[in-house]
Amino acid sequence: MSIQFLYTLTMALFGAGLVGAVLFYKHDRFAHYWAHSLTMLASLSGLIMGIRVLREGALAHFELLTWTTRDVLGHDVVHGLATTTPFSVSIDVFSALFIVLIAVLTFCASWYGMAYMKHYEGKYSLARFGVWYVLFAASLIGVASTQSVFTFLWWWEIMSLSSYFLVTYDYRNASSVRAGTLYLVMTQIGTACIAVAMIILALATGSSDFAAIGGASVLLTGWLPHGIFALFLIGFGIKAGIIPLHIWLPQAHPAAPSHVSALMSGVMIKLAIYMIIRVLFEILPTFHLWWGIVIVIAGAVSALFGVLYALAEHDMKRLLAYHSVENIGIILLGIGSSVIFKSMGLETLALLALVAGVFHTINHALFKSLLFLGAGAVVYKTHARDIEKYGGLIKLMPWTAALFLVGAVAISGLPPFNGFASEWLTFQSMIAGVVVGAGMTVKVLWIAATIALALTSGLAAACFVKAFGVTFLGKPRSEEAQLATEVPFAMIGPMIVLAVACFACGVFATPVVIPYLSTLLQGVMVSAPPLVLVQGDGGMLPWVSTLSNHWALLILLLAGAGTVLVVRLWGGKRKITLARQWDCGVDQTARMEITASSFSRSLVTMFAGILRPTRQTEVVYHDSAMRYFVSSHAVHLHLHDLYDLYFYRPISRCVLWCSGYAKRLQGGVVNMYILYIVLALVVLFFVALR
Amino acid sequence: MSLVFLTILQILIAPIASPLCIGIIRKGKALMQNRRGASVWQPYRDLAKLMRKDEVIAYDASWIFRCAPYIVFAATLTAATAVPVISTLGTFTVIGDILMVVYILAIGTFFLALAGLDVGTAFGGTGASREMTMAALAEGAMIAVVIAVVVVTHSTHITMMSASINGSTPLEISPLVLAFAAFFIVLLCENARYPFDNPATHLELTMIHEAMILEYSGKRLALMEWAAAIKLFVFISLAVNLFIPWGIATTTGGGTLLIGVAAFAIKALVILLSIIFIESWMPKLRFFRLPDLLFTAVVMAVISVVITVF
Repeated sequence: MSIQFLYTLTMALFGAGLVGAVLFYKHDRFAHYWAHSLTMLASLSGLIMGIRVLREGALAHFELLTWTTRDVLGHDVVHGLATTTPFSVSIDVFSALFIVLIAVLTFCASWYGMAYMKHYEGKYSLARFGVWYVLFAASLIGVASTQSVFTFLWWWEIMSLSSYFLVTYDYRNASSVRAGTLYLVMTQIGTACIAVAMIILALATGSSDFAAIGGASVLLTGWLPHGIFALFLIGFGIKAGIIPLHIWLPQAHPAAPSHVSALMSGVMIKLAIYMIIRVLFEILPTFHLWWGIVIVIAGAVSALFGVLYALAEHDMKRLLAYHSVENIGIILLGIGSSVIFKSMGLETLALLALVAGVFHTINHALFKSLLFLGAGAVVYKTHARDIEKYGGLIKLMPWTAALFLVGAVAISGLPPFNGFASEWLTFQSMIAGVVVGAGMTVKVLWIAATIALALTSGLAAACFVKAFGVTFLGKPRSEEAQLATEVPFAMIGPMIVLAVACFACGVFATPVVIPYLSTLLQGVMVSAPPLVLVQGDGGMLPWVSTLSNHWALLILLLAGAGTVLVVRLWGGKRKITLARQWDCGVDQTARMEITASSFSRSLVTMFAGILRPTRQTEVVYHDSAMRYFVSSHAVHLHLHDLYDLYFYRPISRCVLWCSGYAKRLQGGVVNMYILYIVLALVVLFFVALR
Repeated sequence: MSLVFLTILQILIAPIASPLCIGIIRKGKALMQNRRGASVWQPYRDLAKLMRKDEVIAYDASWIFRCAPYIVFAATLTAATAVPVISTLGTFTVIGDILMVVYILAIGTFFLALAGLDVGTAFGGTGASREMTMAALAEGAMIAVVIAVVVVTHSTHITMMSASINGSTPLEISPLVLAFAAFFIVLLCENARYPFDNPATHLELTMIHEAMILEYSGKRLALMEWAAAIKLFVFISLAVNLFIPWGIATTTGGGTLLIGVAAFAIKALVILLSIIFIESWMPKLRFFRLPDLLFTAVVMAVISVVITVF
């Protein structure tokens, strides 16, 4: 089976899923199963394709709907509808890496979706969901498997539009529609920036293939490459959710059904990261210092602000969406550092930082999907997204709780899970930058960014203690939470797969994942000697000591076993009595537990300069004249949205002001319109005859 | 053979010696207050007593509450095996990366806070919230200190950092005085000592660490208390061997080991005495003043980096 055959098979399976979902539109349940099961099959086929490209290590390039035969002389002859279709497919090992990731996550999400969508049955058409879902899944693989401008833009736009329809699936809910509109506007601005940048590049270099553009774009001089970089950064930055371009993300991700949120957070925004890496290392491989500096600053700001907003959030899925902003920031710290190292000519460190960024991209995709699926399971049972309405679910949903805990530990960056491995690499590359980098600005930047990263990971741990603790521990705070039961295996199964992947990527980081990634990225992107993480002075980087999650796990397990043994032997087996907790003499109810808002209140107060918390107290008195006896007391806590206030409001006001003036052109007087036409004609003549 | 001995010594020294540190602090504080105080061996008797007691566990507690003491203890012990105490030999160098140690200790903090939330009391929840707040801010300060030491030593591996500082001239490491002060603030914060927390009370207004373990009794309480003692010991060893490692044993000879023990004991005692002095002389700070103190630590560490780098 050739790569071309596998690609065609994958797309054909997606096509069959799409056609089936449209044809059986009336048979809701059948269309639903058809769409999800064909997406699963297609992602399996995509997985095989990705693994084969990774194993062969060569670039697979072909035009869609063509086939190759070998003539009697042994030459390859290409047949097809048209041998030069604009739809060309190129898969190198870097895209294959992302295709494997996409395929695994799409498989898990579709498996989960089979059961999860029952939640919507009868309320909305499942077939309609199936149509957009299949299209979305196909476009994810499509974006990763092309390197030509036209095909890329085509798939990118399908991805944006299909995800818009998934975000607005719950269309009777006004907030979903509003979130969808915001998403559509932002993503179209982004696509416009990307399209302009790509078209300018294609015109300037006379080529539409990424690699060919990259070969010619190094010759561009003046402000042009900088302008193109800025357009790309805005365009892909909107999709990735870099602060302050992130505003659509915490609105749109929660609005979609949970397994779509998992795909959007786990894969779609990662494709923006994938393209940023391609732009920096392949399309515009000039490595200006200030590009790296801008990316590191964007990364540090996104990481720190993202986690702070997550802390203040108590809608479970919005909390996770803000953590996506945070983790995109951490990824950008690695990528930006890599660009800075490149501009300084420190190739080995550039590779180290790039491995850190790509590894964190993979890790975040795994644990964020796991967390979104876990949150979806809770939403599925409690029908609420507000974590104040949960509580005590660990006893009712033990599997979901345990798997969510794995995700929480991984995202908090605790060893031996995968989040720690990639954060460790990011730390190491930035600390190495402080030690050996050149220039005052960059060193100060790295010191600040490293401290920001440390704060971020500490705050993320605090946030996930909150998210896990308030959701699963303590007492149930609502009737729905009291009546919750464990979700079916179709929802647990995919979470187990992802949890195992998180664990494996963490424990085998040093022996398997990091060497593999460094060889892969070294071949595709950076011309550096291979990265060897050796302890002590023997390694390539004397200041980088070894990362050893596997040893940490072993020693932790031994220490745990030793502890259990000592505790059992010392003093013998003692009786355990179950009793009420210390309740100060009153009945302890769920209302007395700490809530998510109060848990994070101290941190919100400490970071009041950034978060701008507001507090409204509402008191109703029994006796309005005397105001002695209070009948009800309510406190509303909110945050001022800085970006909305100081970034988006002025822009929207400016746009409205301009359109107000533009409106005057359309005065309704026919004579004026004729004048416009004549003027336009004169200008055209002038331009044409000049 | 002697390496095996040193390894066993390294594993056992933290759990065995750490309650003594707590005992010394309590005794010293009592003397400063003109009390006689309990013997310095009292923490050992407390542990032995708790190990033989029956336990009471709340109805609402889940497996998190039951497992947390074991996880917290195992994580703290794992971190302790990687930090050299009296000899650079025998430590578990495979996990001896300073970031690794910091984050293994964070596992303990994470599960301690979850255990505090598990029972659903207001005490536990408040304690967990405060603990995670302080831990997050302290992590920023801790990493700033790490950068300060790394720019001097060019390594993030504790053993190599220690060896590098041991071989440097006083002038080269003079900026680290500031970093050491910053580290000392982090030590006080991470171990819930004054002015961050009052380890001696159960008053809800002052407590962070004690609030989270309020529901524990018997063996599990013993593990939690013991883990807290080991954590203090780990931070003291880090302070001693990262910043003032002179005298640490680098060979397996009996003489050097004796010097190593003596050097560690004297330096640890100095640190303990300063903790006693601070706890007797300083009031506990208001909770919302604590970020200022940690920010001071960050600034001191950054100044130390800047002096070294430029």
